[in-house]
Order: sequence, then structure tokens, then C-alpha cells
Amino acid sequence: MKYMALIYEDPAGAPPAGSPDWGPLMQRYMALAQALQAEGKWIAGEGLAGPETATTLRRRGGQLETMDGPFAETREHLGGFYLFEAADLDEALAWAAQIPSVDWGSIELRPVMEY
Amino acid sequence: MADRGPAAACLDAVLRQDRGRCLAALVARIGDFPRAEEALQEAAASALVHWARLGPPAHPQAWLIRAGLRKAIDAYRRETALARHRAAIGRLALQEAALDAEPDQAGQIPDDRLRLIFTCCHPALEQKTRVALTLRSLCGLTTAQVAAVFLDAETTMGQRLSRARAKIAAAGIPFAVPGPEDWPARLNSVLTVIYLVFTAGYAAGPAAGRDLCDEAVFLARMLRALRPGDAEIDACLALLLLTQARRAARTGPDGATVPPQLQDRTLWDAAMIAEARALLAPPAPEAPFRLKAGIAACHLAQPPDWARMAALQARLLAFEDTPVTRLSHAVALGEAEGAEAALAALAPLAADLRAYQPFHAAAAEFLARAGEITAARAAYAQAIALAASPADAAFLRARASDLPDDSQPRKKEGRAEARPKSNREV
Repeated sequence: MKYMALIYEDPAGAPPAGSPDWGPLMQRYMALAQALQAEGKWIAGEGLAGPETATTLRRRGGQLETMDGPFAETREHLGGFYLFEAADLDEALAWAAQIPSVDWGSIELRPVMEY
Repeated sequence: MADRGPAAACLDAVLRQDRGRCLAALVARIGDFPRAEEALQEAAASALVHWARLGPPAHPQAWLIRAGLRKAIDAYRRETALARHRAAIGRLALQEAALDAEPDQAGQIPDDRLRLIFTCCHPALEQKTRVALTLRSLCGLTTAQVAAVFLDAETTMGQRLSRARAKIAAAGIPFAVPGPEDWPARLNSVLTVIYLVFTAGYAAGPAAGRDLCDEAVFLARMLRALRPGDAEIDACLALLLLTQARRAARTGPDGATVPPQLQDRTLWDAAMIAEARALLAPPAPEAPFRLKAGIAACHLAQPPDWARMAALQARLLAFEDTPVTRLSHAVALGEAEGAEAALAALAPLAADLRAYQPFHAAAAEFLARAGEITAARAAYAQAIALAASPADAAFLRARASDLPDDSQPRKKEGRAEARPKSNREV
């Protein structure tokens, strides 16, 4: 099965770029990506620029609306994702638990729809 | 019910006894929980027709599994648009041929219930759902009976159960026994569900012909038979037996709750206690149910071994640091070391347990022992207002009216009249 791990986090909760914790933290994200690749499970994964860079759009009554900022007014925002293969939810949970953001944010794990 | 005929009676008995076994066998073969559940229900419906005509078969469980497999193949055939469904039909046809080659004996069907209970109790499901799904899938309660346990409407419970089965299939919750790495946490989730089934039965008593305490003991024994030699499973069964053994003594002749240390011990079930003691006799690693069973066993001594209970409660906090566990620790500490120790341990819990009756009952008890009668009376009043059962309320009212006089004028409360009246009511 394919799973997507959606990383929700408060940008203020993570160690700031350039801080002493930043380098080792990035190493952990890279190590997870490499482990997934080594096992042939990796499909994709990216970190997203901050919620302040978001533009939300929607069409209502034929009218396209554009808004500055993310759709949801929450402190935790979608910060990145991993898309990977796993045999079942247990394996997927084991991979997702290695995403460093689990220490301060939340990881939402969703199977990819199959047609 | 009696005139439904031998076919229906046989089907009822099989589903009550072995629904879990049949369902587990079907999930193992079909590989899809909702489809297996549907297949079993269709097989049961067709059993009523066939068995009424030809009489129940020699091995009803094997009959139901085979019929269920065919129903699942039929269901896939109705929706062959998807390539993976066509593949599933081929796979199931092979399964069916394999069943045909075997002699029709229920004993030869591999028991897949261990995998089924780990699926039903998976932490990706909400806890209430785990309990409901286990009762429906492994204990063979009807959806209406499961709904009654939670005081839910049958349709609401039906929706909860089908959402859960759909999530199991869609989210890829495995039909598998967890590996050694995940075993302790996943087993704890299963044992917690069994314990919740037990406490639901303990609070409510037998309902709709099903005693949930018995169902919980059945589940613990099943788990033990399927995975012998696991000390945590033994401890869980021991905990249930130690509590069950005192069941007849837990309410007095006036209907009020009687705490273990004041119970009539001749009403305790000696055979259950002996079995529990034997289960706890071998040394075992420290784990939550082992500690909980050890705590329950402390009640057997006369007087109860409060110091040991307090020590075990403190060790349990290393596994489950919850306000309720801390409350139990505070009570044991108070009994062992005195009211001041209990009150000091209770104070930080007040905010979290504001709406929890046992907290106010414990506070009242130790306030009274510390001589703070006015505060004790107020705490009893809060506990009585929050009491979950008339028996608990009666016990608390009796304790409150045993308080010595304090300085407050209380003529208007009519307390002297209230006590015997409330005791007769329950």
C-alpha cells in the first residue's frame, strides 16, 4: 500500500534554522529518506515553505477567490510530507514514528486511495 | 424463541459460541474485514434456510466458513469491474478448493482468533470502538446487544462498527499478531479492552442475557489458550478472577456498596481466588497487569496489606501515570501511612478529577479521619451527587451520616431521617 505521512507542526515549535539543534535535526530527516530509499519504499517527500507563504483559492458561484494565507486558522500547519510504500499500517506507523517532527508536531498517516 | 426450530437454535448456539472463530477464519481467507463480516452474516442467513430443510450439519462452524467463502466470491463476482476483485475471486476459489479437500471438522480449522483480537484492538481505532468491535466480533454479541452496553441506539452502534471495519480495510490495519518489538504495547491494548469489557459488566450486571464479566473472562482464557506462557495474560485473567470472586459480597443486604475490607469473606469464591493465586505464583517481569493483579491480591489479606498496595501503586505509575492511578495510590498511601499522607497526595489531583466520584469519596474519607468534618461533609455531598449507581450513593450517604457532629447547625437537613429512608430506597 502507499501511505502519505502529513506533517502538521507549529513553525515556532521546531528548532530555528541556524540554531545548534538545526543541523542534527536535518540529518534525521535525511536519514529517514535514505532508509526508505534503501528499502525501495521511497516515493516522495518534501518540506513546505511556511504558512505565511500560502495562498488559498476556491471557486464559489463561478467566482474564483484568492486569499492570503492558509485555509485553516490553526497553530499547527501542514509543514511537509512523506509518500512511501508499506505492507500495512503497522509498518507505516513504524516509519512515520521516525519523522523528527513527531517530537513537537503531529503526523497524520493516510493511505493513498486505490482505484 | 422456542418455536424457531432446531435449525435456528443450533445457529444461535454456534454464533454465540464460535462466531469469533468463524469470523477469524473468514478474515484470514478473504483478507478483508468488512467483506468477511458480510459474508458471515449472509452465510448465517442461508444456514437458517438450509439447516431448516436438511437439519443442522455435523460441523456447523465448517459449514458456515465454507458458505461464507462462497458468499464472498459471489460478492466479488457482482463487482468484477475492478481488476483486483477478479484476482481475489481466483484466490478465494483456491481457498475453497483447499477447504473441500479437508475433512469437515471444526477442530481442523486453524484458530485465527488471536489475529482477530489484535486487529479489533488496534491502537489506530478509538478505544470505545475497540471494545465494541471485540464484543461483536469475538464474543458474538449482536449489534443491538453491543449498543445496549454503551446505551447507544442500535443504528448508531451499527454505523460505528461498519466505519471501524471499513477503516481496518482501507487504512491497512493488519490481520496479524504483532512482532516481539510491538508485543508489549499491543498486548496491553488488548488486555485493556478485556478489562474494560469486565468493568462494564461489573457496573451494569447481566444485561440482555449476556454477562460481560463472563465474556471478559472468556476472552482472557481464549488469549491464554492461544498464547500460553505469557505472564501479562495470566495476570490479566488473575485480576478478573480476583474481582469476580468478590462479586457476591460487593453489595450488602441494604443494597449499598461494601468496600473489599468490610465484605463478608464467606461470600468470596474460593475456587476463583485459588486459580488467581496459582496464575500469579510464578515470578514475572514487572508489567501493568501484573502490578494491577498484585494490587487486587492485597485485598485478600485481613487486614489488607496497604503498605504493599501503596508500593505496587507507585510502581504502576511508571507505566500509567494517570490521575486515576494517582488517586488509587493516594488511597493506599493514606491507609498505610495516615490521612495526612493521603490528603497531600490528593491535593494536586483536584482539578483533573473534579467530576470523578471516587476522588470526592476518598477526599471525604481522609478529611474525616483528619478531623476536618465540615470539609468531609462537603466532599461527601459532591461524591453523592456524582455517584454512578444507587448502591454507591447509598454507601456514601451511610458514610456521610456516620460523621460525628460538627459545629454547624444542621437541624434543617433532616439527616437523621434521611439515612434509613435512602437505604430502603435502593
